[in-house]
Amino acid sequence: MSTSKLTLQTDKSASMLQNLDEKFNNFLRIVALPIIGLVIFMLIWNIGAKQVDTSLGKFPGPVEVLQQSQNLISEHLEERARATAFYERQEERNAKRLAKDPNAPVKWREYNGRPTFIDQIGTSLITVLAGFILATLIAVPLGICIGLSSSLNSALNPIIQIFKPVSPLAWLPLVTMVVSAVYVSEDPMFAKSFITSLITVSLCCLWPTLLNTSVGVSSISSDLQNVSQVLRLNWLTHVLKIVLPSSVPMIFTGMRLSLGIAWMVLIAAEMLAQNPGLGKFVWDEFQNGSSNSLGRIMVAVVVIGLIGFCLDRMMLMLQRWLSWDKTSVAR
Amino acid sequence: MNSKAHLEISGVSIEFPTPNGPFQALDNVNLKIKKGEFISLIGHSGCGKSTVLNIVAGLYQATKGGVLLDSKVVTEPGPERAVVFQNHSLLPWLTTYQNVELAVKQVFKGKKSKAEMKEWIEHNLSLVHMSHALDKRPDEISGGMKQRVGIARALAMEPSVLLMDEPFGALDALTRAHLQDSLMEIQATLGNTVIMITHDVDEAVLLSDRIVMMTNGPSATVGEVLDIELERPRDRIALADHEKYNSYRQQVLSFLYEKQKKVEPINPAQTNLSKVASKADEPKQVSA
Ligand SMILES: Nc1ncnc2c1ncn2[C@@H]1O[C@H](COP(=O)(O)OP(=O)(O)O)[C@@H](O)[C@H]1O
Ligand SMILES: [Mg+2]
Repeated sequence: MSTSKLTLQTDKSASMLQNLDEKFNNFLRIVALPIIGLVIFMLIWNIGAKQVDTSLGKFPGPVEVLQQSQNLISEHLEERARATAFYERQEERNAKRLAKDPNAPVKWREYNGRPTFIDQIGTSLITVLAGFILATLIAVPLGICIGLSSSLNSALNPIIQIFKPVSPLAWLPLVTMVVSAVYVSEDPMFAKSFITSLITVSLCCLWPTLLNTSVGVSSISSDLQNVSQVLRLNWLTHVLKIVLPSSVPMIFTGMRLSLGIAWMVLIAAEMLAQNPGLGKFVWDEFQNGSSNSLGRIMVAVVVIGLIGFCLDRMMLMLQRWLSWDKTSVAR
Repeated sequence: MNSKAHLEISGVSIEFPTPNGPFQALDNVNLKIKKGEFISLIGHSGCGKSTVLNIVAGLYQATKGGVLLDSKVVTEPGPERAVVFQNHSLLPWLTTYQNVELAVKQVFKGKKSKAEMKEWIEHNLSLVHMSHALDKRPDEISGGMKQRVGIARALAMEPSVLLMDEPFGALDALTRAHLQDSLMEIQATLGNTVIMITHDVDEAVLLSDRIVMMTNGPSATVGEVLDIELERPRDRIALADHEKYNSYRQQVLSFLYEKQKKVEPINPAQTNLSKVASKADEPKQVSA
């Protein structure tokens, strides 16, 4: 009896030890190793940066980047304070005028400050999402049609293959000219620069969604197709109930790739076209050439990376939530 | 039983176009099936069993001859000839209940009220003993359960003929026995006409009223038809040393391994070995 109890206890403690071991390993993998990696990267960056001399001073290290990001935030807050002050003054002035003479002409003006770093982030985010949504709205239905009809696929495939690798920089001049020529209105709802960026982004990020959707639709298993035939589903029901759900995992894979491309393309397009956004911020800082410029650009680089990462995670979460095939949602 | 054929396969031949010219898979297949009959199709792998079933289902078109159901020519697939596919073919994004619902909504649109449909779906799932997993998706249930749901979906279409393509082929022996019993039970209550493809001799003898044995392809056709006159309900244990049962088994095995011996020239030494082995322990299944 007593010996068996003893072995039981040692068994228990062994399993507890094993459990602890596992927990420690998990901790190492999820928390400790990434932190160690980050610290080593910072060290190398710090040392490396000091070695590089440019005409604008030393290459920014982590410390400069941190300082500059604080500067950028406080600049933004100052600008906001100035804007509120402007509107308050305007309000007061107009109120006084109206008090004197209710029929006096009053003018309301917009505050015309320089867009700050934070403003540019907002602009870029709105543009990338709009461009991505436009691309998705075109690519998914078109991809379904291509996937359903092999003749349409044969007809369009060469065109797709040719346009797919085109760099945004090549599209940009064309898009700019066409938008200037076509999008003329007295009171435009959107700025021309916004439309240009949006179309360029859409043109470039359309392809992965289009291709993945068409492949997903055309590779629908013949078993499911037979089920649909035996049930005599009509065309629309077949597409809505069988084709679309079965290609959802592929569509999402395409959309994730598209969003990544959209974000990269947007920054390049903004830089080249001087359209508002993070790309323009980088370009302006480069043209400024103050001693802080490189640090500020580096902040932008980090922010661009972080936003790209967050966008990808968002798509992943959306995919997890909406897609039935949890195994296709990897990394 | 009514002697007029409920389903008639008449002079069916089919040619598949292949890169090396047309391939004649079936040649002049004839079969008359009565209402409520349970037919097994047995034959070596690749002889054309699935092709016959797909022609009856309307998924393939015969090059010559045709299929008559209640004296009407079959031209396209339809729910009155429901198919249970070999690998269940459930829609992976729908739950058990929704998979059956898709079929019921399609077949009984305008004929059953919402409440009646719900009741009918649940009834069919309870026939295959799946009431406990209505809200489970296919990837959350076992292979045997998926096959049960596939059968429930087919039954729910209230088909005049139920077509099953190796429905239990991918399952382990115990699960298979279980499902065979369920199927016999269901057929006893509903009296469906069934054509089932199998490569399991025991399964064929246990379940069928008639076993249709097919010759090897190309140009496969019906070789022999064996009437199984065993009383129902049948009990697998009682039948195990039943004289008639064993003689039926013997006849099917002799057809498959003597008359239609399949020569598979892979490796002469190995083929010899497997022949010896197959004589020694009399295989229960035709190797796929
Ligand atoms: N769609 C098709 N195209 C060309 N050949 C086919 C097609 N379907 C079946 N076959 C051929 O017909 C023969 C019979 O196939 P099948 O009916 O699937 O056999 P079984 O179900 O008895 O194993 C095989 O030789 C197969 O290669
Ligand atoms: Mg087959």
